[in-house]
Amino acid sequence: MDARKAVDDVFRAEYGRVLATLIRQVGDFELAEDAVQDALAAALRHWSRGIPQNPGAWITTTARRKAIDRLRRDANYAHKLEALQYLVRLQKDDDVELSESAIGDDQLKLIFMCCHPALAPEVRVALTLRTLGGLTTPEIAKAFLTSESTMAQRIVRAKRKIKSAGIPYVVPDDRQLPERLGAVLAVIYLIFNEGYRASYGDEVVREDLAAEAIRLGRLVCHLMPNEPEAVGLLALMILHHARREARSGADGSLVLLPDQDRSLWDRRAIAEGAALVSRAMEMGDRGPYQVQAAIAAIHAEAQAAEHTDWREITALYAELQLMMPTPVVALNRAVAVAMARGPEAGLQIMAELADDLDGYHLFHSARADLFRRLGRVEDALACYRRAIELAGNEAERAFLASRVRELSE
Amino acid sequence: MKYALLIYGDESEAPAPDSPEAMAVMKSYYDFTNAINEQGINRGGEALDSVQTATCVRVRDGQTMTTDGPYAETKEQLGGFYLIDVDDLDAALEVAARLPGSHHGTVEVRPVWEVPENMPEGG
Repeated sequence: MDARKAVDDVFRAEYGRVLATLIRQVGDFELAEDAVQDALAAALRHWSRGIPQNPGAWITTTARRKAIDRLRRDANYAHKLEALQYLVRLQKDDDVELSESAIGDDQLKLIFMCCHPALAPEVRVALTLRTLGGLTTPEIAKAFLTSESTMAQRIVRAKRKIKSAGIPYVVPDDRQLPERLGAVLAVIYLIFNEGYRASYGDEVVREDLAAEAIRLGRLVCHLMPNEPEAVGLLALMILHHARREARSGADGSLVLLPDQDRSLWDRRAIAEGAALVSRAMEMGDRGPYQVQAAIAAIHAEAQAAEHTDWREITALYAELQLMMPTPVVALNRAVAVAMARGPEAGLQIMAELADDLDGYHLFHSARADLFRRLGRVEDALACYRRAIELAGNEAERAFLASRVRELSE
Repeated sequence: MKYALLIYGDESEAPAPDSPEAMAVMKSYYDFTNAINEQGINRGGEALDSVQTATCVRVRDGQTMTTDGPYAETKEQLGGFYLIDVDDLDAALEVAARLPGSHHGTVEVRPVWEVPENMPEGG
């Protein structure tokens, strides 16, 4: 293995852990980040001569040494004398073994800091991917289709706000935890969705981001094992991701759930997701992620589309609508009702949603599908055309266009 | 009578920190502070950090909503302010959420820019 590859691997695997520990030790997010970057640059030079036995520990120790160098050099850190003395002490017992729980605690603080509600949502996403996902700024820029300089600037501004506004490096107390954990889970789900259904661009699935979100979801569940919504979100992502191979055809076109080749579904992942749903529900505090995961599990466990238990799904959507009274959830419930009780029942509910969802392409494609099943070809065509106008994804547009062709024949 | 003097300006037009222009602006503020101190009319005041460090808090139906950035509505007006001293932003946001104003309007939370007591040398 060459040095470049070894450094890349360590970067991916250890970056978040090393950074989280160092932030606690130096008490400064930016300094910690700079020091870890210094250590990675040093690794590139040194590892060409031989890769250390424990690369993660090598990076941690080196980063600490680099932080000391920077503290000594930089007048801006002159007031950080206390941190410097502390670091020098740490340096003396060079083999400070950090316990797993201390590392975990640091990582949790880092997650909560990066997902702080005082940061703009797109900034939380970028910062989380950067610090915990170990993604480089160019990689994040590419994933979110912005320029590298825009993304770099966004991250710099976020770090400045963390410092000047006094965003703390702590796990929130019990009173604040529900809101703050919600913000963390929302960031992870946003990353997943960006990977799962690219809103712009041509690929149906950007697997890197989806896999990264699942990794972050696992980390949060590992660090906070008694939070049912965290487990629910992990289950939801795993269950969606299990179907990824079947979501697009050989030509890259979109394949909808009923038409998917279920032999392509990842059965092991589905079993894991379903087990996680049960575990979360047993904790006894149901929330929207768990209910959505339960719906995904019912879909995933049906051997064929016609075996889907639509009555159970309808009941779960009714529960979800109580938790999240949004028009999009109502639309999903309408689709489930149409499957359980027939297209007319679904169209009736959708009629009430027209004001809210007129600009949403999936509203029109869902109505189109029900009109098609009722044999109302003209209505179906009109809805498909409206959906094509509004769809942001090339694969989705191509799919809708193929439906229009079928109906026009 | 007591009066609050609220300072508005375009941050993007402010001179670069440490530039001679910035030092001149700072000096004019020190002069002003000294003058009102001598008059015996100064009841306190602070410089605020950039709007990029601002966070807004609103509470509706018991739910606290926190957003990045300064208060930008023009149809609501500034009605007062508190100056608090707490450990970090989380503590400040918690106090802001208890402030009655956050339950019908919005409270902007902005860190105070710690200005040295005396004009730095060389300015």
